[in-house]
Amino acid sequence: MLEAMRANPSDLAVRVRGLRKVYGDLNAVDGIDLDIARGETFALLGPNGAGKSTTVEILEGYRHRTGGEVSVLGVDPAHARLDWKARLGIVLQSTGESGQYTVREQLSHFARFYPNPRKVGEVIAAVGLERQANTRIGKLSGGQQRRVDVALAIVGRPELLFLDEPTTGFDPEARHEFWGLIEELKSEGTTILLTTHYLDEAARLGDRGGVIVGGRLIAVGRIDELGGAEARIPLVRWYDEAGVRREERTERPAERVVELARQLGEPRELEVIRPSLEDVYLGLVHAAGSPSPAPESAKEEEPA
Amino acid sequence: MSILSHGVARTGYETKGYFRSPDSVFFTFLFPMLMLGIFAAAFSSRGDIGLGPGSSDHVSVAGYYLPGMLAAGILLSGVQNLAVDIAGEKGDGTLKRLGGTPLSPISYFLGKLGRVFVTGILQAALLLAVANLAFGVSLPRAWSAWGTFAWVFVLGTVTSALLGIALSALPRSSRSATAVVVPIVLVLQFISGVYLQFSMLPAWMQNLASVFPLKWIAQGMRSVFLPDGFKVLEQNGTWDLGWVAVWLVVWLVVGLVISRLTFRWIRQDA
Repeated sequence: MLEAMRANPSDLAVRVRGLRKVYGDLNAVDGIDLDIARGETFALLGPNGAGKSTTVEILEGYRHRTGGEVSVLGVDPAHARLDWKARLGIVLQSTGESGQYTVREQLSHFARFYPNPRKVGEVIAAVGLERQANTRIGKLSGGQQRRVDVALAIVGRPELLFLDEPTTGFDPEARHEFWGLIEELKSEGTTILLTTHYLDEAARLGDRGGVIVGGRLIAVGRIDELGGAEARIPLVRWYDEAGVRREERTERPAERVVELARQLGEPRELEVIRPSLEDVYLGLVHAAGSPSPAPESAKEEEPA
Repeated sequence: MSILSHGVARTGYETKGYFRSPDSVFFTFLFPMLMLGIFAAAFSSRGDIGLGPGSSDHVSVAGYYLPGMLAAGILLSGVQNLAVDIAGEKGDGTLKRLGGTPLSPISYFLGKLGRVFVTGILQAALLLAVANLAFGVSLPRAWSAWGTFAWVFVLGTVTSALLGIALSALPRSSRSATAVVVPIVLVLQFISGVYLQFSMLPAWMQNLASVFPLKWIAQGMRSVFLPDGFKVLEQNGTWDLGWVAVWLVVWLVVGLVISRLTFRWIRQDA
């Protein structure tokens, strides 16, 4: 798939080279290269203030970049026109307050902006809000309002859908239902750029992912290969006779455990750990020496 | 063409939202009617307002305050309501969401302008009906008076709406919007002859008010609804309708330029 992408750039939904964004003397985005193929779901991970939102907002056309090349659906967002926006769907981090309109009114209104919108009734059904269709949005629960956000983003039949931390604040059941909805969109061929703090979400939805730390993309690849094979070598952990915690990485953990048993009898608090995506991710972020994120996150929050 | 048709769709959408927000309905739509009622009730025992001995021109208290309340309604529906509303939409993410859709900013503003017209016309009609039916104010019969009413209303409304859009850039957050906008609008109403008789104000205050548009809207409305003899109470002893038009057009252009220069879907970064 990657080879095919390189061969034909028109198959790319997003192409970014050397992207930079400077706020004052802070490099919020510091040289990012990124390719997202059409039909692909790409998960962008990273701590708060790492430059995720800034990067995504540049791709969405909300912010101007300081340097680098950006092409989204073949167009430079900095010079994009309204017909380009008609091809995007954007689910923002925060929800706009349009509480005085009903779900159906809001969707019918937004559908008018697009040249080839989906049927409002179908969109309402797709996000599972049939029973709330004539309820004012202000009276819905947080999870239901988030579904309205998604409905508004997909009513224009977007080629590329941006999802910025879509399930923050969801209960587990709502999150699983939401994932089902996104998977349906994936199966229809929609390209999706997802930013999230939840690694299980990235693993469930993402074909590929990338980790941004300190404005740089420090790892890109298939989610189950992020961080490389080495980061996934199982870990054996135990306490030795002196009560000191020991750990060792080994491809053959069972063998090591048998050996330990022979030497120590039953080792105290013996564990064999297969690094989860979360372990791999945290390892990556720590190794990159995640710089103090506070000033940047302040910068990022303020304009949003 | 879609810019225009989207603007029409926005007008319907905006108007619906306006009448579903109780505080905007009260503070900008019904407020002038309430004030007219209060003034009429408070001062009517003093009898009609006249020009003094030697003149037969006189008008009831409600009749005297009606033009001022019409002018205040135009200002509230335009400046106060739009400035607070748009600053709020900037703060709560509504504008950012619209900025991510193919909606043209021009359609967005046509929708705001359309809503101000719809609510302004309803408000003026209601004010005239209340004044006529509840307080017995007789309305002008001459077509020429209604012609003047129409252009002062249209020009005043467009100017107020554009100034409201321009002013929406001033509050730094949606929470401070009311605190920033309401005092400006309130002071203007006091110095421009809405609550206080303009002819009673000191000359310096009249001159100050003459820089701002509300005084001219109010003066235009007085020319429509007060007996012609009352023009002697105006600053130059005439209705000065030419200057009403000039000052409103000047403020319209100012509002248009500031709106054009300051409007962004989101607060911009460096």
